[in-house]
Amino acid sequence: MEVKLLSEHYGDDNFKTLEGYKVKGGYEVLPKALKMKPEEIIAEVKASGLRGRGGAGFPTGVKWGFLPNNGETRYLLCNADEGEPCTFKDRMMMEKAPHQLIEGMIISAFAINSPKSYIYIRGEYTYAAKVVEKAIKEAYDAGYLGKNILGSGFDHDMDIYRGAGAYICGEETGMISSLEGKKGQPKLKPPFPAVQGYLKKPTIVNNVETLAAVKYIIRDGADSYKKHGTEKSAGTKLFSVAGDVNKPGNYEVPLGYPLLDLINNECGGIKEGRALKAAIPGGTSAPIITAEEIEKATLDYECLAEMGTMLGSGSIVVMDDTRCMVDMMKVISHFYHHESCGQCTPCREGTGWLHKLVSSVIDGTASVSDIDLLCEVANKMKGRTICALSDAAALPVLGIVPKFREEFEFFIKEGYSKVKGRANA
Amino acid sequence: MFELSTQGQEFVKKELQRYETVESAIIPSLYQVQKENDGWVSEEAIGYLSDFMGIPAARINEVFHFYTMFNKKPVGKYHVQVCCNVACAMAGTREMTKTFLDEYGVKEGEVTEDGRFTFTKVECLGACDKAPMMQINEDYHENLTPESARQLLKELK
Repeated sequence: MEVKLLSEHYGDDNFKTLEGYKVKGGYEVLPKALKMKPEEIIAEVKASGLRGRGGAGFPTGVKWGFLPNNGETRYLLCNADEGEPCTFKDRMMMEKAPHQLIEGMIISAFAINSPKSYIYIRGEYTYAAKVVEKAIKEAYDAGYLGKNILGSGFDHDMDIYRGAGAYICGEETGMISSLEGKKGQPKLKPPFPAVQGYLKKPTIVNNVETLAAVKYIIRDGADSYKKHGTEKSAGTKLFSVAGDVNKPGNYEVPLGYPLLDLINNECGGIKEGRALKAAIPGGTSAPIITAEEIEKATLDYECLAEMGTMLGSGSIVVMDDTRCMVDMMKVISHFYHHESCGQCTPCREGTGWLHKLVSSVIDGTASVSDIDLLCEVANKMKGRTICALSDAAALPVLGIVPKFREEFEFFIKEGYSKVKGRANA
Repeated sequence: MFELSTQGQEFVKKELQRYETVESAIIPSLYQVQKENDGWVSEEAIGYLSDFMGIPAARINEVFHFYTMFNKKPVGKYHVQVCCNVACAMAGTREMTKTFLDEYGVKEGEVTEDGRFTFTKVECLGACDKAPMMQINEDYHENLTPESARQLLKELK
């Protein structure tokens, strides 16, 4: 069953305006938050169990707690560089509920004592950027941003920054490089951004959905928020579902919700009554799971980790029995090859190797031993680079290849896809 | 000689003041140049921008070449970017792109003879629930069929 906290008013076209937002209780949590002590807000967010909704799932309150007390200017960056393939939850939130994000951000900025924030929006999301920019202006005009917000003595400025097409800028230090006017290449950690981030100042980078959730945690209290979800995965989460389902879209369900229920109930089941074959549960970086595994999968951080995959950004691609896994692998590998920033050798070279190898299976120039080589290359790419892109490219290979090995062998031996058949070769 | 319009110059001047460092103005300024230069950024325009912004050309080039949304060569009046990532590929966009290229007699990234189109296959644009989709200039076109996509292109003059 859907539990609509963040997405409650998505159906209301007026909700994206200040007026429409206020009709639904917008900016009513902010005065309450500004009367709290910043450390009380941080404690509440910690107690809520909120984990980063961008992909890594790091506890938000804990991240905030890493800020040093050295008197330096602190920055808050909202990561709206939604680039993980098949994720479209942040775009929808910015387009339909920008003030919800802004209110969550002002509360978060107050909690961490930050005078300035940026929303780094993916370059391709031109419409979302326009909606958010307009909403920020409305918030300034209404006195929710700027000097002495609602007479609290707290000053905060907010601005947007548009990316220009680079998946790697979704990685928090890549985003910081980009915002600083450089190539969006990630930086070596430590130091973590909380200690040394934007312009080497203490910086918190949080995802769109995470920051919006803060508003609801302060509105309802940590205990209320924790009523949804599981012990280790608290709250609700937006899932972007695409692929072979009847009703693709964004769905907000409590964490721990069975994946099969989401597919069959909310998403209306598999298209044209075909059989479920597999699903990618958390963006293409997450290893694929088979139909059998899907039956046991619940949508929370711990269950999917136990299955050797991850919740990631919460984007689910559902595949039916007409899908060729060799072909899917090629599409995925092409993406990571295209998006590697080129900084670290295992990733720069490895992503190219993966794409070449899987292409050679389809071109008919591979031998069966290349299947092992594919896994060997992927294994050597893991944990050897500055950021997680290399792992993100390797993990899908290490999911698809062992689980659907016979499809790779068949393709190499017969010269056409086992699923699509000779006629479609 | 490339030169920004008066309005474009004002925009860049404002951007130079907008962020904590002037270098953060490079991306927004490149967008402005691209908008005023028929959808792409020439070497000459980088030189102009370097002088105007007081930032070395090498520094601007570094940013320019890193990001895919800045076009390195001329594009058609309509830049048709077809998403060919997972959800859209599953919905047939690779085949659809091939029919566009065949029909208009160009290769990917080339400009059609009449200057109207450039077709590019791109990665996920975050509209997977409405696959297959493509972006033409700034606008998303979703839930396409091969027929509706072809019709859409025909109507773009």
